Amino acid sequence: MNSQLQPHVAATGPAVETLKQGLAVGPIAVAASKPGWRKYLLWGFAGLMVWWLIYRNLAPFAAWFTYSLCGLVKGSHLGAAVEFFMFESPKVLLLLTLIVFGVGIVRSFFTPERTRRILSGRRESVGNVLAALLGIVTPFCSCSAVPLFIGFVTTGVPLGVTFSFLVSAPMVNEVALVLLFGLFGWKVAGLYLITGLIIAIFSGWVIGRLRMEKHVEDWVYATKTGEAGLEEKLDWPARIRAGWDSVKDIVGRVWFYVLIGIAVGAGIHGYVPENFMASIMGKNAWWSVPLAVLLGVPMYSNAAGIIPIVQALLGKGAALGTVLAFMMSVIALSLPEAIILRKVLKPRLIATFFGVVALGIMLVGYLFNWIM
Amino acid sequence: MKLQILGTGCAKCNALTQATEQAAKALGLPYELEKVTDLKKIMSFGVMMTPALVVDGKVKVSGKVPSVDDIKKLLA
Repeated sequence: MNSQLQPHVAATGPAVETLKQGLAVGPIAVAASKPGWRKYLLWGFAGLMVWWLIYRNLAPFAAWFTYSLCGLVKGSHLGAAVEFFMFESPKVLLLLTLIVFGVGIVRSFFTPERTRRILSGRRESVGNVLAALLGIVTPFCSCSAVPLFIGFVTTGVPLGVTFSFLVSAPMVNEVALVLLFGLFGWKVAGLYLITGLIIAIFSGWVIGRLRMEKHVEDWVYATKTGEAGLEEKLDWPARIRAGWDSVKDIVGRVWFYVLIGIAVGAGIHGYVPENFMASIMGKNAWWSVPLAVLLGVPMYSNAAGIIPIVQALLGKGAALGTVLAFMMSVIALSLPEAIILRKVLKPRLIATFFGVVALGIMLVGYLFNWIM
Repeated sequence: MKLQILGTGCAKCNALTQATEQAAKALGLPYELEKVTDLKKIMSFGVMMTPALVVDGKVKVSGKVPSVDDIKKLLA
């Protein structure tokens, strides 16, 4: 897929000329230049076919690579680890590329400014639900959590509603959902989506109820937030380019962590005995859920890095609720985030925020262990 | 022309500063570049995603680092 799209969307090459023209003249000209569209469709379709063919043949390729090319013995520890790595890493990277591209296009329809306008002046409860949902599709980076926080609370978005957004945006994201879907199926991905949203809604609602506005640093509410007036009108070629940009950005940033994660997973897969995890992370160990959350909070990783480890843990008998609780706490809460937020929040509010979210995650962990 | 880079000092902010300087130099424009790191000042522009590029007081880019070519178009 990469090689299919590259000449089309990169900033050089003759194909881009049509794209640039489309950008300059806008939607009318695009509608008029139909051949350009046909080319897009054709390349897109060809790219998808190639993607699908590679994806379908990964398992035989991994087996061939491990046992024929490297001559490892079937059933050996090393063989199992190598086969796992050779199968999982291209698979996860392929899934990631496709989905980040799609979500990049979807996100070009949502900006933080638009989300803020929707949320501004909302009552709580309805506002919490909306904020959690918008957190999925609004582009968010924890590096701009602070300006976003100030921008929200100073323009009439209630504090609790803002927190619902701040919990949902990093935790319920496309990378996490797609990897869960690819590796564990739609049920686990769906459960993660729904419970993630519920935690975001619940924590924001609780923080709103606690009336903690006075625990926001005093200068925040005194800040005058201007109107950026940055309204981009994008047409489809520009949106496709936005999708490709986010692939370069996100996949370019996380691929290394994905590989490390899968290598760790491969080690566990090949060398750790089956059901080894059952005793320490199994259903019957009641203390495993709080422990998983306690371990996960200070750790910082994105979804891509943590999921291969999650898979290895699950494969060796760890309980689903415990593992999901671990994953959620790693992604949603982290020490660096607490330090960043300290600029705008007083310690008590940070502690409450982390406490409420951690509590929600623990409840979800117990719930899954109990149902499954 | 007055160029301002808004950001609290992340890696992307530096990337945007460099790209903007390159673009301005390539166009041969007289410019004055200022890095704005104070949060209150950043917020006065209404920017919620850093880094951002402000040209003569108007926000042109927010939350991403465009290519030098794209910045040239914004400055021209």
